[in-house]
Amino acid sequence: MDPCTKSAMSSPASTPGGRKRGRNTNPPTPSSEDPTSPPSQRRRGQDSSTGDLMPMPTSPATDILSPAAPQDTSLLSSPRPSVPPNEVDMSSPLMYGTPSSRIEGTPRSGVRGTPARQRPDLGSVRKAPQVDLHSEPPSTDGAVASESNAGQRLVIWGTDVNVGTCKEKFQRFLQRFVDPTSTEDENAGLDLNEPLYMQKLEEISVVGDPVMNVNCRHVQSFDADLYRQLICYPQEVIPTFDMAVNELFFERFPDSFLEYQIQVRPYNALKTKSMRSLNPEDIDQLITISGMVIRTSQLIPEMQEAFFQCQVCAYSTRVEVDRGRIAEPAVCRHCNTTHSLALIHNRSVFSDKQMIKIQESPEDMPAGQTPHTTIVYAHNDLVDKVQPGDRVNITGIYRAVPMRVNPRQSNVKSVYKTHIDAIHFRKTDEKRLHGLDEEAEQKLFTEDRVQTLKELAAKPDVYERLSSALAPSIYEHEDIKKGILLQLFGGTRKDFSQTGRGNFRAEVNILLCGDPGTSKSQLLQYVYNLVPRGQYTSGKGSSAVGLTAYVMKDPETRQLVLQTGALVLSDNGICCIDEFDKMSDNTRSVLHEVMEQQTLSIAKAGIICQLNARTAVLAAANPVESQWNPKKTTIENIQLPHTLLSRFDLIFLMLDPQDEAYDRRLAHHLVSLYYQTEEQMEEEFLDMAVLKDYIAYARTYISPRLSEEASQALIEAYVDMRKIGSGRGMVSAYPRQLESLIRLAEAHAKVRFSEKVETIDVEEAKRLHREALKQSATDPRTGFVDISILTTGMSATARKRKEEVAQALKKLIQAKGKTPAMKYQQLLDDLRGQSETAITKELFDEALRALADEDYLTVTGKTVRLLA
Amino acid sequence: MPSTHDWINDPLGVVEGMFAASQSNPNSGWEARAVEFFKDRLKEKDAHTLVPSLNDIPMHYLKPNSLVKFRCFIQDMFDPEFYMGVYETVDPATQAKTLRCGKYKDVTECGVDFNSKNTVTAERQTFYCVPIPGENPWVKERYANSSQARVVPSTSYVPSRQKRSYEEDDDMDDMDTQPQKQREAHAGPQSPTEHHGNGDCKRQETEAPSSQTTSASHLDLNFPLPGEKGPSCLVKVYEDWDSFKLNDMLEVYGILSVSPALSALADEKDASSSLLDPTECMETAEEQRVHCPPASLVPRLHMLYAKQLQHNNPLLPSAATSEDNSAFLASTLSEMPSVREELLAYLTHVLLGDALAAEYLILHLISNVYVRRDVLPLGKFTLNMSGCPTVASYTERLYQIIQQLVPSSHYLGMSLQNMNQMRLVPKKDYVANRLVSGALQLAKNTSLYLDETQLEQGQLDTTGVRNVTALGNLISWQKVDYDFNYHQMEFPCNINVLIASEGRSLLPSDCQIHLQTQVAPSHLEEYLSTMHMLSQASSQLNKFRIYLSVARLLDYSISDEVTKSVEDDFVDMRKDDPQSISAEDLHRMLVVARLLSLSQGQTSLSRDSWLRAKHIEALRRSRMEQHKCVNGNEP
Repeated sequence: MDPCTKSAMSSPASTPGGRKRGRNTNPPTPSSEDPTSPPSQRRRGQDSSTGDLMPMPTSPATDILSPAAPQDTSLLSSPRPSVPPNEVDMSSPLMYGTPSSRIEGTPRSGVRGTPARQRPDLGSVRKAPQVDLHSEPPSTDGAVASESNAGQRLVIWGTDVNVGTCKEKFQRFLQRFVDPTSTEDENAGLDLNEPLYMQKLEEISVVGDPVMNVNCRHVQSFDADLYRQLICYPQEVIPTFDMAVNELFFERFPDSFLEYQIQVRPYNALKTKSMRSLNPEDIDQLITISGMVIRTSQLIPEMQEAFFQCQVCAYSTRVEVDRGRIAEPAVCRHCNTTHSLALIHNRSVFSDKQMIKIQESPEDMPAGQTPHTTIVYAHNDLVDKVQPGDRVNITGIYRAVPMRVNPRQSNVKSVYKTHIDAIHFRKTDEKRLHGLDEEAEQKLFTEDRVQTLKELAAKPDVYERLSSALAPSIYEHEDIKKGILLQLFGGTRKDFSQTGRGNFRAEVNILLCGDPGTSKSQLLQYVYNLVPRGQYTSGKGSSAVGLTAYVMKDPETRQLVLQTGALVLSDNGICCIDEFDKMSDNTRSVLHEVMEQQTLSIAKAGIICQLNARTAVLAAANPVESQWNPKKTTIENIQLPHTLLSRFDLIFLMLDPQDEAYDRRLAHHLVSLYYQTEEQMEEEFLDMAVLKDYIAYARTYISPRLSEEASQALIEAYVDMRKIGSGRGMVSAYPRQLESLIRLAEAHAKVRFSEKVETIDVEEAKRLHREALKQSATDPRTGFVDISILTTGMSATARKRKEEVAQALKKLIQAKGKTPAMKYQQLLDDLRGQSETAITKELFDEALRALADEDYLTVTGKTVRLLA
Repeated sequence: MPSTHDWINDPLGVVEGMFAASQSNPNSGWEARAVEFFKDRLKEKDAHTLVPSLNDIPMHYLKPNSLVKFRCFIQDMFDPEFYMGVYETVDPATQAKTLRCGKYKDVTECGVDFNSKNTVTAERQTFYCVPIPGENPWVKERYANSSQARVVPSTSYVPSRQKRSYEEDDDMDDMDTQPQKQREAHAGPQSPTEHHGNGDCKRQETEAPSSQTTSASHLDLNFPLPGEKGPSCLVKVYEDWDSFKLNDMLEVYGILSVSPALSALADEKDASSSLLDPTECMETAEEQRVHCPPASLVPRLHMLYAKQLQHNNPLLPSAATSEDNSAFLASTLSEMPSVREELLAYLTHVLLGDALAAEYLILHLISNVYVRRDVLPLGKFTLNMSGCPTVASYTERLYQIIQQLVPSSHYLGMSLQNMNQMRLVPKKDYVANRLVSGALQLAKNTSLYLDETQLEQGQLDTTGVRNVTALGNLISWQKVDYDFNYHQMEFPCNINVLIASEGRSLLPSDCQIHLQTQVAPSHLEEYLSTMHMLSQASSQLNKFRIYLSVARLLDYSISDEVTKSVEDDFVDMRKDDPQSISAEDLHRMLVVARLLSLSQGQTSLSRDSWLRAKHIEALRRSRMEQHKCVNGNEP
C-alpha cells in the first residue's frame, strides 16, 4: 500500500480542476481525532463523528452523479457550459447533506458520488483544511452530544457553540455591522455608513471571488461572545460562518455564479501574538502572529481520496484518507477477487498544500536570543501567496500533533510537532510598496504606556528632556541633538498627488560635518540603534546598487529578483550614511532622487520600477583637509556638490571648540561616563526605551497641521530670511528653506504631541535652522550668512568679486588699445600691478573665462586674442 | 531521603518519586521542589565535584539517565517544543491506567493513551550547546583533575549490543555502527584504549571522547572554531529559558539521555510509512539531521539546574555565590602587586625585553567590557602590537604563551586565504534551520589573537571584505552582526582582540604599541629557543592565571577628588597643545588608568595611578612619533 500511495503523491496527476479538491474533512481532521489529539484539547476528544458530517449546503443531485472528482468539472458545468460550477444548484435553498452519506459512501460503489464528495467542489474548499469538525447545525444526529431534544439547546460536543445561534448571530453581524471610522485600505471605496460586509457580499457577487475576509476586531466589537467562540473553537465556528454567509449570499443574489461557496476568512484575531508567546494553551485556537517568511516548500499534492479500480471487473471504489493513511481494499466487493484493486492516480482527489516557514520579525526579539521559527501549512488557494522574505501576519489555527506512533515501536518520542494551518495571510510590507499607509506596522501601546507618554508630553521641557536623552554619551552639541530629534519625528506627510502636485517630503535630512574624532559616527550609530527601521552604511563601503537595489538570480527559483539596498530598506526609517564625502559621485547621484522625491527609479535587467524610499538621511562627512578650515566655505571644506547639499534641511558643523570651559565640561562628562554606577545606567536605559516608544507613538498617531498663526509666522520668517540677504544683493533663502522650516515646525509640534503647529514650533524651527545656517552657510570672507553657498556652491561675494575682476581686466585690455593678441603672463602681471587686492591665478582665469563667454576674447595656449 | 548515590545515578527516580507523591495533593508544586532538591544537593560541600562531567569523561562511561554536568556554550537556540508533561499509559494486559511524568525524558513509556484527559502538554526549549570555544588545554585538564566523580564504565554498555537487544532496530543499527567503524579507522591506535579502558584510566583521558569528534564528516557539530573537539549536546531547558542568551557560558546539571530510540525515530524517517505524514515529509533531511542527530553522537541533556559562568578559570572558585567570590578576591588582592611584577618580568622577557609593551599587554589581558553606554562599549582595550619580528614564527610563539595564561583564546592568522575563505560571522542556514557558527561566535573574555604578519599581497574578495568589516566592527563596537539572510542581527560580545602586525594594523584598535626589541635580530632565533625553555613551573603559571582572571572581576570606582584632578589635567593638557590631545585620547587614558589600577589590585583610581597612566601613555606616544619619523611611510 505504501508504495502505491507514494507514487500517487509524486505523480503530477492532481485533479484537473485544481481548485476542486479537498474534502470537507481534510488532513488535519484525522489528526485531531486520532491518537494525537493534543491533550490540552480536552474538549474534542471524541468528536470524530462530527468530523465526518458534511453538512455543507449542497447542490442537489446533478453533481452527485459525477462519479469522480476529475470529471465533475465537466459534469458540473453541464448546465451552463461557460461557468464551471452550477450556480443553479447553488441558488436552491441549501440542503444539508445527511451525515451518513460519507461514511458508507466510501466503500460502497453504488452510493458513490455521495453529496459529501461533491460538496467540496461547490465550496468550502478553502476552509476545509482548517476546519476539522463540521459541526452541523441541522444535524441533530451524532454531532450533538447533549440530550438531543430542543434544537436550540444543542451544542457541539466539547464546546459551548450552538450552531443555530451562532449562525444567526453571524448573519446579524454581517447585516448590521457598520464601521464609520474604518481606515483599512481594504474598505476603500465602500460606503462606511452602510453595513460593511453586505457591501463585501455585493462585491463578491460582482467579482466572483468567493472569499470573505472578516476582521475579528469587528466581530469583537459587535458581539464579544461570538468572538470568544470564534477564537476558542475556530474549527466549529468557521464552518458555521460559512454556512451563514452562503445562506445570506444566495438569498440576496440568487443568480450569481460562484466557483465555490463563499469561505469566511477571519483575520486580525486580537489575540495577536508574537511567536515567542505561543504556548500550549493556544493549541487549536485561532491566533494571529506576525513574522517573516523564510522558506516555502514546493507544492505538495495531498491525496484526499484514493480511487481504486478492480483489475478484474473494473469495479471502482474510493477510499478516503484517514489519518494520513489509505486503507487499500483487499477484496473487490463486486467480484470478490482478492488483491485485485489498483490505485488510479489521475482519478484520485488531491488538494494543494504548501509548507511555509516563518520566523519572528527581528523587532519582536529580545536581545541576545535567536529568532524562533514556526511551520505554517497553506492549503489550496493560499498556496504560493507568500514568498520568502515577505513580512506577514498569519491568522490560523495552531496545531500540535504528536510524533507518529510507529507500530513497530513500543515507546514514542514525547514531543509534539506544532504548526499553524493558515486561514489568512496579510502581508505587512505590501503596503510599503504601494505607499498606502503605514498602519500595518503600527505598534500597539498599552494604556499605561500611552499614559506615561502623554504625561511626558505634557511637561513643558519635554523637548529638552528628549534631546538630552538622545545619545547621552555624546557630549553637548545640543542643537545637533535637537536637530536629530526632529529628524526622528519627521514632518507630516502630505499627499497632493490627487491634485497633481505630488508628494511633499516629510523627512528631515541632516548632514553633520566636522573634524574627525568629534563622535559623528557615534551619533549615527546611536540613531541607527534607536529607530526600528534604520540602516547604517559607510560611504566608503557602499556602491550605488548597495544603496538602491540590484537584480540577482535567486539561487532556488532561478528567477531574477530585485534585492533592495539600504535606502529602500530604510523606507519610513532613517538611513545613516557615514563618510558621506568618501562616496563616489556615481553613488551619490542616486541620492538626488531619494532625497527630494523620496522614490528610487530602477531600470535594469528588464525590471523597471519605482520604489518608495521615504527615508530620512543622516549623513556625516569629514572635511577634505582632515581638519575643518574655517577660512573656507562648507562646500569647499567637504567638496560635495551643492545640488546635494541643498537637499539637506540642516547642516551642522561639529567642531572641536578648543576653549577651556568646554574642555572642563567635556572632561567631567567623560570621566563620569567611566564610573557611573549600575543604577544610573539602569535609569538611562529606561530612557532609551521610553524615547523609542515616544517617537513611535508620535510618528504613528500625531500628524500636526499648520495653524493660522503658525502659517503667518512662517511667512514672516521666510520674508525675513529673504530680506537679510537682499540688502547686500544676496539671496539668503529659497523655497526649499521654507519647506524645511515647515517640516521642522511640524516635527517640533509632534514632539509636543500637538495636532496643531503653533507659533512656538515655528520659533524653534527658525532658531534651529538659523543655528545650522550660521554654522554652515556663513561666508568666511564676510561673516554673513549666505544661503547661496549651499545652493549654488559659491557665495554671492565671491561671485561679485569675480565680476569685478572681469570688468577690471576688460578695462585694462581696452586701455591697451588695439592689440589683437597678448601674452597671458603679461596680462596677469599687469592686472596684478593695477589691482589693490591680490589676484590669484584662478581668479584671473575665471575672469578670462567670463570675458570669453561674452565673446570678447579667446584664450589659446599662452596667448589671449581679442575677437571684436 | 535518597542517598548521594541515588540522586546522581538515578535522578529520574527522585523526580518520579516526587511526582508520585504529588498525586495525592495536587498543589504541591512538586516541579519546583524537585529542582530545589537538586540545587540543595549540589550546594553541599564539593557535591558538584561528584557529578561526572561530559567535558572530560567519554560518553560511554556515563550511565544513561544519570546526573551529569556539562560546561558549555550556547551556540544556537532551537524552537520551543511541546511535550507530554503528564500522560497516561494503559497496560495492555490489565487495562490498568497509570499516570506518568514526561518531564526530563525524551521518550514515553509503552502504551500511551493519547486520548486521555489527564494528559498535560508542557513546553520546553532546546539549546544546542558546544564546549566553550577556544578553551585552552590547561583549563580542561584542570577541570578534569578536580572532578571526584567515580565513573565505572557501565557494565551494560557495549554500544552495539545494547541496541541489538531491540530486535526491531536492526536497520538502524547498521546505520549507526557504520560510522563507528569509520571512526575507529580514523582514531587509529587511540581507539583500542577507549574501547577496552576501564574506569581507572579516566584520569589519563583528559580529552573529551575523541570518538565523537572524528566523525565530524558524518555530522557537522557546528563548532564555532575549526579543529575543536568535544561533545555537543542538546540541552532541554524546562524553565526560565528567557534568561539565557546566545553565547552564554553555562555549567549545566542535567539528566543524560542517550536513548537509542531517539535515533531510531530519526532514521526511520526514511521508512515509507512516514511519507504520508505531512509533518515529517516536509522537514528537510538537513533539518532532521541537525535537530535530531543520533543520540550517540549528540546526547540530550535535560537540565535540572544551570549556572551562568562568569569565567571558565578552574583555579578560581566557580562564582556560584558572590560572597564566596569576594572573600577569595580579598585574599588575592594583597598579592596582586607582587604577582604583577613577576608577570611583567616574564612578559618583558617574552616580548624581547620591551617592558612598556609588556605593561600594555597586561592591561590588554585584563580588559573587559564592563558596561555599555548606549552604543559605546566601555572598558575594551584592543591592542595593536606592531613591529613584531617576522622571523622564527615569533607571533605564533607569542600566542602559545598567551594560551598558557588565559582560559580561552583563539589564534586567527590573517592570511589572505583565511580571510577569503573562513566564515567569521555566524549565518543562519534556513534549510537546516540552524545558526551556522563562525569564528567570531565566542564566549566572553575570549582572547582573539589576530596575526597580521601572515598577511600577504593579494586581493580580498567579497567574503574577505565582509570578514575584515566584521573584525572592524567587533573591535570598534564589540558586536557582531549575525547574518540572518533577510536581515542582520546584532549580538553584543566581549572579546579581547590582540593584533600582532609588522606595521600599523589595517584594523582599527584602541591602542597601538610598537615593539622595541632589545634583542638583535641575529640572536633572535637563539633567544626564542631559550625562551621556550623558560616555560614556567606550574605554580607560577597558576599564579599568573589567577591574577589575570581576578583583575578582571574587580570592581572599580573613581572618587570625586580624583575626578577633579583628572579634569584639571585634561584642561591643562589641552591648553598646552590642543591638537595633541582630543576627547578620544582622554577616553583611552581613562581606560588605561582603570586597567592600571586594577592590575595593581586597586579598586579605585589613585592620583599615582593616574599619573602613571599619563606617563606610560606619553612614553607610548613618543615611541610612535619616533617610529613615524623613522619610517615616513607610516600613515
